[in-house]
Amino acid sequence: MLSSKIFVDKLQGHGFDFFTGVPCSLLSGLIAELEADREAGYIPSVREDAGVGLCAGAYMGGKRPVLLMQNSGFGYSLNAFTSLNLIYKIPVLVIMSWRGCGGKDAPEHIIMGDINEQLLKTSGMEYAVLDENNADQVLSTALKKIKDEKVPYTLLVKKGLFDERH
Amino acid sequence: MKGIEAFKELAHLLKNEPTVLANGYISREFFNVTDRKENFYMIGSMGLASSIGLGVALAQPERKTLILDGDGNVLMSMGTLAMIAACAPKNLIHIVIDNEVYESTGSQRTLSHEIKLEEVAKSAGYKQALRVTRPEEIRPAYEKLVQAEGPVFLLIKVEPAFDASQGRVTHTPEEIRDRFMESIVG
Repeated sequence: MLSSKIFVDKLQGHGFDFFTGVPCSLLSGLIAELEADREAGYIPSVREDAGVGLCAGAYMGGKRPVLLMQNSGFGYSLNAFTSLNLIYKIPVLVIMSWRGCGGKDAPEHIIMGDINEQLLKTSGMEYAVLDENNADQVLSTALKKIKDEKVPYTLLVKKGLFDERH
Repeated sequence: MKGIEAFKELAHLLKNEPTVLANGYISREFFNVTDRKENFYMIGSMGLASSIGLGVALAQPERKTLILDGDGNVLMSMGTLAMIAACAPKNLIHIVIDNEVYESTGSQRTLSHEIKLEEVAKSAGYKQALRVTRPEEIRPAYEKLVQAEGPVFLLIKVEPAFDASQGRVTHTPEEIRDRFMESIVG
């Protein structure tokens, strides 16, 4: 398991300073930490695509944003990524829970869980699977992509990586 | 009033405010009236002008920030009105050019003939929300709102009268981003 508190510290240590999202139980510990941290100023987004827009504006206003979502929200936000971030070159760090990974989950998560990686690749969205040992490494890769290539970078989070608080 | 008349009125009133423009004829027509580096022309991502504008306003709390939106965009992302009201950025002015149709795709009707969007914004929690229908009302309404504490909302009713022969935005998306960011953060 990866401590939510330590991971939030690592995000802030990498200069991420704007946080929004739509919740997932797999990310509940992380969001609880962000909500408890006044400096993080976590903003609840009503939909994942609105979160994409919010982060795009914040980036252009000088922030380094993070967007948290369940992979179901990837479907809602696909047009925002393809017709905003990827063509204007507006980066964002996406922390996406991987519901339905391995085919074991509630029925509504199975198809997206199965195609999650494929859909990211097809859309030209670079990603890494976050685990308890690679946080520093994937965050430095993410930062490089964000600063040099100005593209979104996604970290996939499997069930059980973070503590859940619900 | 035609949209172009509203844009010409607004063009006189703007200074160096970052301005996020909705996709479709709003970006195209305003580009042809006044092409400022502070204009962020959204060419895709329909519905997101409001959330992009909110992000800019929150990142730059000392700068007045404008959203130049359309009725179709607002209806697509009504939840964002709640986000704007809840975040309550004092520096945000949300202007909606309401022609009651999706004009750039062939003037199919939206719902804003029946639904008063300024009342939706007011109910969501915007500090003020005004509706104007004549060109001469734009300046006093804008001047009132620009001095007020945001978020504020100005609905400008226009007739569908977009001149489709007008050119599209000629800057590439990356140029639009670079100019816009340079105007904000240098």
